[in-house]
Amino acid sequence: MTSSIEIAGVGKDFRLNHSRSLKDMVVSKVRKKDRHETFQALDDVSVQVQQGESVALLGLNGSGKSTLLKLISGVMRPDRGSIRVRGRLAGLIEVGAGFHPDLTGRENVFLNGAILGMDEATIHRRFDEIVAFSEIEKFIDTEVKFYSSGMFLRLAFSVCVYTEPEVFLVDEILAVGDEPFQQKCLARIREIQDEGRTLVIVSHDLDMVQKICERGVVLERGHVVYDGESAGAVQQLRR
Amino acid sequence: MATVGSAGIEPTEPGIGHGLLDVAKNRFLLHLLVKKELRVRYQASMLGILWSYVKPAVQFVVFYLALGVFLELNKGTEDYAVYLFSGVVVINLFGEAFGNATRSIVGNGALVRKIYLPRQLFPLASLQVAFVHFLPQLLVLVVGTLVAGWRPNLAQLAGGILAIFIVCTLAFGLGLLFGAVNVMFRDAENFVDLIIMVATWLSPVLYTWDRVANALSDVPWLFTLYQLNPLTAAVELFHWCFWYPATSGSSALPPNMIAFGFAGLAVSLLILAFGDFVFRRLEGRFAQEL
Repeated sequence: MTSSIEIAGVGKDFRLNHSRSLKDMVVSKVRKKDRHETFQALDDVSVQVQQGESVALLGLNGSGKSTLLKLISGVMRPDRGSIRVRGRLAGLIEVGAGFHPDLTGRENVFLNGAILGMDEATIHRRFDEIVAFSEIEKFIDTEVKFYSSGMFLRLAFSVCVYTEPEVFLVDEILAVGDEPFQQKCLARIREIQDEGRTLVIVSHDLDMVQKICERGVVLERGHVVYDGESAGAVQQLRR
Repeated sequence: MATVGSAGIEPTEPGIGHGLLDVAKNRFLLHLLVKKELRVRYQASMLGILWSYVKPAVQFVVFYLALGVFLELNKGTEDYAVYLFSGVVVINLFGEAFGNATRSIVGNGALVRKIYLPRQLFPLASLQVAFVHFLPQLLVLVVGTLVAGWRPNLAQLAGGILAIFIVCTLAFGLGLLFGAVNVMFRDAENFVDLIIMVATWLSPVLYTWDRVANALSDVPWLFTLYQLNPLTAAVELFHWCFWYPATSGSSALPPNMIAFGFAGLAVSLLILAFGDFVFRRLEGRFAQEL
């Protein structure tokens, strides 16, 4: 068994005060107040994810799960500890983050595919599949700003699930589209799992998470408080 | 069922890039970012890319009237119009590339915060967009100087290429530096606007170099400093390439022009190295500061 993600003793702090004006600096100096109050978002988090495993990161708002996902994706770097990832990684921290409203659906598929790490040939090869999956063939050459929010999310999700990374990070995106489209997304995620790709999901939809992931990690105020079967993790949260 | 094997792959730390080396691996993405930038800029615009002709044309006419005609600079300088425009074109390339590169990280904040990709791509895309706008201006310059009787030799053409190289290196290096700083201190944007405004006047774009040499004749090291400015070197090389071969050749060229051209390139490369260094030091904090 090969490990896919190794998280060892990771900690992350955020500064609370972001003001940088000269005036504020002088004021806090005069009042002798510490301007750099910090907030510990993650502390001593260690998790090992094996290749092909599907792990759910669970926790209440502000427990640090999205921060952990951002650290794994490389958007942020940990202040303490280390994170190592094997293979290419695609993060969907937010559906459609790389979409530009002034570009057409087609242009956005290419731009987003490239942002998520696909090369030109792969996007060309996968293009028809992506569009077919999103079911918006008719509007693919329309600017995305004219899309309904559902159409937008469907196209963004479709690009992402065809990027074929070794490690897949997903933040709260399973709430995409209507019931039939959700079923389709689930089926596609099962395919991704069957191909042996690693999946890390952040979600508040506990029933959905239980269906997809065999393992759950529960975070509470930046600490891991449970790591095991996803059913147990859900129970821990509902307690 | 095909399964993915990553057993042979060494684990890597996410979010640690290889700086400018990563850019080479992402040329397709860079190309798309440039295309996006151009598309978005001229979205719902009637003139579209024609604006890149209109703006320098107006700028040129204003400068020509004010400085050439009213201040009578065109009496002392042969083909002053060509002289003026060849400098304006260089400064425009620098100003657009530098200004947009400085704003590129903050401007693409939504992406920087959500998905990891080599962030050097954004300033580099700004540089390429500026270059796309530079080409039509260069074309106008060539037509203008041909009308004035342009007969360049190979060395002069090479000088022009060296000038473009200096300006791009300098603008990209400064763009990396100030683009990264701009994430922490939005003052950088305003500071850069100042630099760009001053740049037009601190290099021999509107006047000739000998006026500076005369004014600084008592303090020759200041004139050396003036010549060490990579933009001065680039502007003078452009004059040598596009203006000088169209004149009778009676104007004196600045002392050691070619040597200062290479000095300007060296200074620009140093700035690029420093800009890349600072960018990589600050890069890890972009997502949480934006």
